[in-house]
Amino acid sequence: MKPPQPPRRTRERVLTMTGIGKHFGAVKALTDVDFWVNEGEVVALVGDNGAGKSTLVKVLAGVHPPDAGTIEFDGEVVEIGSPADAQDLGIATVFQDLALCDNLDVVANLWLGREMLDGRFLDEVEMEQRTWTLLRELSARLPSVRTPVSTLSGGQRQTVAIARSLIGDPRVVILDEPTAALGVAQTAEVLNLIETLRERGHGVILISHNMADVLAVADRVVVLRLGRNNGVYNVVDVTSETLIAAITGAMDHSHLPQTKPPLAKPGAKAPSAQEPSAPPDNVIDLPPKGARRPRRKGDA
Amino acid sequence: MTGSTDVEDERMLSAGRIRRGVGLLVARVRGGDFGSLPVIVGLVIIWTIFQSLNPVFLSSKNLVNLTMQCAAVGTIALGVVLVLLVGEIDLSVGSVSGLAAAILAVTLVELRWNLVLAIAAGLVAGLLVGLLYGFLYTKFGLPSFVITLAGLLGFLGLQLRVLGDTGSINLPYDSWIVQFAQRMFLPAWASYVAVAISAAGYGWFLLRRSRRRLAANLDSQSLSEIGVRTGGLAVFLALVAWYLNLSRGVGVMFLFFLVLVVAMNIALTRTRWGRSVYAVGGSEEAARRAGIRVRRIYYSVFALCSMFAALGGILAAAWLGAANQSSGGGDTNLNAIAAAVIGGTSLFGGRGSAYSALLGIIVIQSVSSGLTLLNLDASVRFMVTGVVLALAVIVDALSRKTRAATGRA
Repeated sequence: MKPPQPPRRTRERVLTMTGIGKHFGAVKALTDVDFWVNEGEVVALVGDNGAGKSTLVKVLAGVHPPDAGTIEFDGEVVEIGSPADAQDLGIATVFQDLALCDNLDVVANLWLGREMLDGRFLDEVEMEQRTWTLLRELSARLPSVRTPVSTLSGGQRQTVAIARSLIGDPRVVILDEPTAALGVAQTAEVLNLIETLRERGHGVILISHNMADVLAVADRVVVLRLGRNNGVYNVVDVTSETLIAAITGAMDHSHLPQTKPPLAKPGAKAPSAQEPSAPPDNVIDLPPKGARRPRRKGDA
Repeated sequence: MTGSTDVEDERMLSAGRIRRGVGLLVARVRGGDFGSLPVIVGLVIIWTIFQSLNPVFLSSKNLVNLTMQCAAVGTIALGVVLVLLVGEIDLSVGSVSGLAAAILAVTLVELRWNLVLAIAAGLVAGLLVGLLYGFLYTKFGLPSFVITLAGLLGFLGLQLRVLGDTGSINLPYDSWIVQFAQRMFLPAWASYVAVAISAAGYGWFLLRRSRRRLAANLDSQSLSEIGVRTGGLAVFLALVAWYLNLSRGVGVMFLFFLVLVVAMNIALTRTRWGRSVYAVGGSEEAARRAGIRVRRIYYSVFALCSMFAALGGILAAAWLGAANQSSGGGDTNLNAIAAAVIGGTSLFGGRGSAYSALLGIIVIQSVSSGLTLLNLDASVRFMVTGVVLALAVIVDALSRKTRAATGRA
């Protein structure tokens, strides 16, 4: 097995989900799913439609409480019963529809519901200043912070939504299909932004259908299929063909013992992501490992 | 990884600010963000036409009358602006204003209550109506259109019941509220003091904001720009006061209405509540996810709207000196809603300002006053007001379409 990519810094485990199960009536959306995120790590969550990606993310965001399994945050078992719980823990979610108010400007959207006050009135100066600071840290491109969000492009709106999720300085940021419906340049912009989030030490969970994007920014890829884990891959060791095989079920890992994350201890160094044990020869011929494209480094 | 920061630094844009400002304005209008421009243009056209048809129209005497006619319905329109901002509508403001007028008259004249109590009773009635609307809206999800249509009928009935058999109750002419609405005008010196206070307050606000922005290293207005703006406002207000002072002067009731408009503008633009109102009007779902208590916003908006309607009804009763079965009837409803829309508040929610109530009601009353001066009766007045309203809605819809076409919807 190849040595995993050397960690850039000591990465501490932020979030561990073990044995998560969730059903809606008779439909089992998630069965015994394990998932974890370290700080400063981009984890891609991939799978076909109905694989349970959105359900898993909604469990994290507090939209759907899980039926089974445990969630540990910073080594402590927590319950996420509502979106407010998730926010209090430091889990921020950027949903696919972004949920921006088109008629309000960038500053107003960023601080919506958390406006800073100067006495009884809004402290526009402080909010605007902090908005600029944040946007500069993210190297974000916006024409003005005082223009209504409706005038911005799709990528810029995504930037605003992501920036807004960072207002409370969350530990984990969940991005749901951030590059769907974006053009090439805008996609590159958002991918750069995701790398910036990693540099800032946030744990990033990226849901995407786009293998190129996943391979470009993620450190680790978690594949879900039919509500179960179907493999965890280090991005340096994987090709998009392997991923697609795992997603579509051409390569079925769900019958293998899944790599259980060790119980996180506060301060413990997180283990490197483990590649699942090589699949049995009779499953599928793996494409050559060297075929993977070089890792993109912000070549926007 | 830090890419090149090509965020446009606003501090580098200070050169050529005026040209840039004009350019921004043109770009905004082209993009479908018309703001108050159409209503001001419309007002100029309307005034020009009526003045050319009848030279009395722009006389100070007629303009004083105009201001006094604006106050009551304008106050109602202010409430309508609020419900429109959250993308809802209140069709019952006329009935609620009539109900409040009836309650004022009955409690004051027949029950011999204290004037303050009588006014409070009318306002509380408005508050209760608004809370009822808020409850029906948030609890059952009924469209506000239907709720308030039911309220239109229901509260008209209640108004008739409150008034009883007589059907019309005169307010005592010497009561304070009637004097306030009919006879109280600022002495000339006081009107100029009011102008000075307004301009000074505006200048102080601009100066303070500019200082803070400068300290925070943000783009800020220069001293000369602040001076020009403050001076411009002072000159404009002083001219208005001077012209009105040629006749009876600035009515206290009109001043009261202006204060309400300014206060509501501050509440809408400078408080968390106001920001939430705009957010709910822009995207209710986004507002909810941002942690705004959306239901409370609906409650507060419906309650305020009905209270403004009640207050407007009280002012109208005082201005008329009586409450009767037709108080708040006729074109009150239409005029209040039309004023809000004509003034530039969007029917589609999320866009508009408190000032649209002021601008819109001036347009409506100008049309009404001008047609009356031409000895044209109510039939023509209704038709012309209808056309003006249709034009305003067309402007609103065009603005929305243009925004969509330029990718700003």
